Amino acid sequence: MSEPKMSRDGAFIGASVRRREDPRLLTGAGRFVDDIELTGQLHAQFVRSKVAFGRILDVDLEATRATPGVVAAFAADDLVMAPIAALLDRPFEQFRPTEMPVLAHDTVRFIGEPIAIVVARTPYAAEDGVEAARVEYETFDAIVSTDAALAHGARRLHDGAPDNVFVDVSLFDTPGLDEAFERAAQVVEMTIDSGRQNALPLETRAALAEWDERESQLVLHTPTQVPHLVRTATAASIGVPERAVRVIVPDMGGGFGLKCVVGREEIAVAAAAKRVGKPVKWIEDRKDALTASFLAREQRYVARAAFAADGEFLAFECDVVCDMGAYSCYPFTAGIEPLMASGEMPGVYRLGAYRVRGRAVATNKAPTAPYRGVSRPQYVMLLEQIMDQAGRQLRMDPLDVRRRNLITEFPYTSINNITYDPGSYLESLDLCEQMVREEGWFERQAEARAQGRHIGIGFACFSERTGYGSSAFAARKMLVVPGFDISDIRMDLDGTVTVTSGTMSHGQSHETTMAQIVADGLQLDISRVKLHQGDTDRITYGFGTFASRSAVIGGSAVQLAARALGEDLLEIAAHLMETNLDNLELRDGSVHRRDTPDERLTFEEIARVAYLEAHRLPKGVSPGLHATASFDVTNDGTFSNATQAAVVELDPDTGAVKILRYFCVEDCGVAINPQVVEGQARGGIAQGIAGALFEEVTYDANGEPSCASFMDYCIPTAMEMPDIRLAHLETPCIYNETGAKGAGEGGTIGAVGTILGAVNNALEPTGTLLERTPITPRAVHAAMTGGTR
Amino acid sequence: MSERHLIELQVNGEPHELLVEARETLVDVLRHRVGATGTHVACEHGICGACTVLIDGEPARSCLVLGVMADGHEIRTVESLADESGLNDLQEAFTACHSLQCGFCTPGMLMLAEGGIPHLEDTSREEVRELVSANLCRCTGYETIVDAVEQVAQQRRSEDPTVTEGASA
Ligand code: FES
Ligand code: FES
Repeated sequence: MSEPKMSRDGAFIGASVRRREDPRLLTGAGRFVDDIELTGQLHAQFVRSKVAFGRILDVDLEATRATPGVVAAFAADDLVMAPIAALLDRPFEQFRPTEMPVLAHDTVRFIGEPIAIVVARTPYAAEDGVEAARVEYETFDAIVSTDAALAHGARRLHDGAPDNVFVDVSLFDTPGLDEAFERAAQVVEMTIDSGRQNALPLETRAALAEWDERESQLVLHTPTQVPHLVRTATAASIGVPERAVRVIVPDMGGGFGLKCVVGREEIAVAAAAKRVGKPVKWIEDRKDALTASFLAREQRYVARAAFAADGEFLAFECDVVCDMGAYSCYPFTAGIEPLMASGEMPGVYRLGAYRVRGRAVATNKAPTAPYRGVSRPQYVMLLEQIMDQAGRQLRMDPLDVRRRNLITEFPYTSINNITYDPGSYLESLDLCEQMVREEGWFERQAEARAQGRHIGIGFACFSERTGYGSSAFAARKMLVVPGFDISDIRMDLDGTVTVTSGTMSHGQSHETTMAQIVADGLQLDISRVKLHQGDTDRITYGFGTFASRSAVIGGSAVQLAARALGEDLLEIAAHLMETNLDNLELRDGSVHRRDTPDERLTFEEIARVAYLEAHRLPKGVSPGLHATASFDVTNDGTFSNATQAAVVELDPDTGAVKILRYFCVEDCGVAINPQVVEGQARGGIAQGIAGALFEEVTYDANGEPSCASFMDYCIPTAMEMPDIRLAHLETPCIYNETGAKGAGEGGTIGAVGTILGAVNNALEPTGTLLERTPITPRAVHAAMTGGTR
Repeated sequence: MSERHLIELQVNGEPHELLVEARETLVDVLRHRVGATGTHVACEHGICGACTVLIDGEPARSCLVLGVMADGHEIRTVESLADESGLNDLQEAFTACHSLQCGFCTPGMLMLAEGGIPHLEDTSREEVRELVSANLCRCTGYETIVDAVEQVAQQRRSEDPTVTEGASA
């Protein structure tokens, strides 16, 4: 059945080992938060703001409390909950500190903002109670665009941000930039707009909280990517010590960044459970998930790029404005999008001079959380359109413009002060182009054009910084600095190993990949290894899973812990076998002598001594088999890279974009499990395509979101997704223990720009350039018929 | 509190007598009264298909069906697929093809395929893709789900002597 496959050298790392999480998920035995039922459990729902911007005059919960089945209802003043404050250590000109109350008390700032929590005996009764609530508002004009927010005299959302700006940074400003523009052979001007999206994990947010009197501890089951950060924020808000909150994450139905911030509902549910003395469960419905959780990606880039006649990228100037919605998210702050964009451009390209301004603007929309790729899909889309346009203006092959500028020597310290570790930027482009060529797409495009059909081919080259360590986040000036991870490993009496990690898999297959690392580290079968995650009581701290950090950082910590445990095993074995360490090695779940290889002690035999015959241990070795290790990235992190290409055809009648073929050449260093890496690439590309062609949350003039169901927020189905041809290159990470680079986000980062590039390539005969995603059939149709979009 | 009704359901071969509220959906009855939590809920408005179960052998969205409407019917959920000998062929193919990541859509996908495969005309990739497109998955990009369902559809067809060209139930 699930025979583990071995890689070339018999190791687990590098092999597509079958996923160990699958059997339970395939049989309905997975356990998600809504699958947990606690005795006496009550159900919560939230009274949410019906206006986008206003002052709350009155919250009347009398009818709610009288509703059959309702047990309690609390507004902001009824529960003690300190607001959530996400902070950066930057001067006021760059960062305006603001707060997000757990329940809105005087002001409401977006439609869907929670105002009160209703606790009832059934979920149905909780909804009845919400219906019965009456809230009176003094309504203000909704601010639904960054232009309106920045306009002189605009009403401020937060007193702390008088000009509706959360973050405003101007960076680099290389001397000589203006002169470079003057002497440029060509200047490309480009304005790119990206629509507001929902990361949309299929499992919505949820919480199940219970006050455990015996432990004096609040137990909070919630699907979060960052269990310890939820613990810290919850403890601070409800005013209990850190140890009095235990966050448990069972199986989790996706996150994609939306679940790597702390939600106010989790804290409100915790506070309510503590107050009513009974377990309280909240399952977000899809409408709230679409309108009232966290959104992302609404950005505008206004850019100018200077090129020499031979295609050299001389200078780049960019103004990035991000519509962050109503609040700054914890712990990343509203700086997440503009700081990522400003700091990481120009990506994979060498550049002479750079100037950027990045702003995070407050509007009356649901707030922004990181979403897979964070700004990188958008700036890659910008840079790749610029490369294509430079090719058109310079009459050069756009791939040669890229080749002229790609970083090829490593380590390379870029204009943005980031040092890039070795990658395969040029090689991935060459291979990707070759794959497209081999299948004859360039000829097919030429033939199609001759017949008046609109086929386009687009490319995107990019890298992705993965494994941000403490120093990288500290450079952003976050007050809560994520970065390191801790791993704890123990061997039981029977020789089986339990490894605990602070990372938090929610689709990424860590139960398999982390076990592969341990199995190789200790030279034992993977069936003897079990990963434990998602319980803040099991490990002192951890930063969870986001920003493609888990394999790089968590995986290294796991490997170091396994190594430490291995050393303990060797030391005990050396004593028991009366030989020295150099004469011993770990193999097949045993310690073998090198001189007489048949002589060995199994791990089980050693463990028996460590636990049940401690008197036989060497002097100074304490009983038990247990080790802890931590890992941090002290430099600028490690960069995965890829080139993607797409072939699209435009329908002249409807403007629909059909993807005929998709290619991806990716390099994430050592792939611990190639099948898992491919899964991340395919799934990531699908989300990029979704953003490029289909998904957007818009708001009307009153701040009412357009999408309240899957009828209006159209995520792609299997019919819209192409099959993807993948190829791999391997440039190992030289800074960490596994050689692995992150693989979680690259697919998405490249896909948006690849698709836009392909559509614009198809539109070339029309002379029109599209500069906005999602690319709607209407916009394509208008471009093809010469109309306005 | 709304009206209550006594209903009888066969769930995965076992009879259940349940007192349910008139407004309770079948998925809530299955998950919270029968305790079969393998079936998931991701929209409650009939689009995502995470709640797909078989009612009298046909795939149905159990969030759109009221418990009382299912009275007297036979329901199969994901919990019915494997037996003591292990995973069934479809589940095996899903793990071999890496057709699941978070696994939240998986029970619905499996039941969609289990109920849908007998209706396929030619088990071509395009036909399978159309079947899979009834449900949403946010993690995989669908390709590997289509791979697994295609493989099993073709295998089952080749093993079933009663199938003739173009047959459907
Ligand atoms: S939950 Fe039934 S279709 Fe989405
Ligand atoms: S595997 Fe996560 S939604 Fe399909």
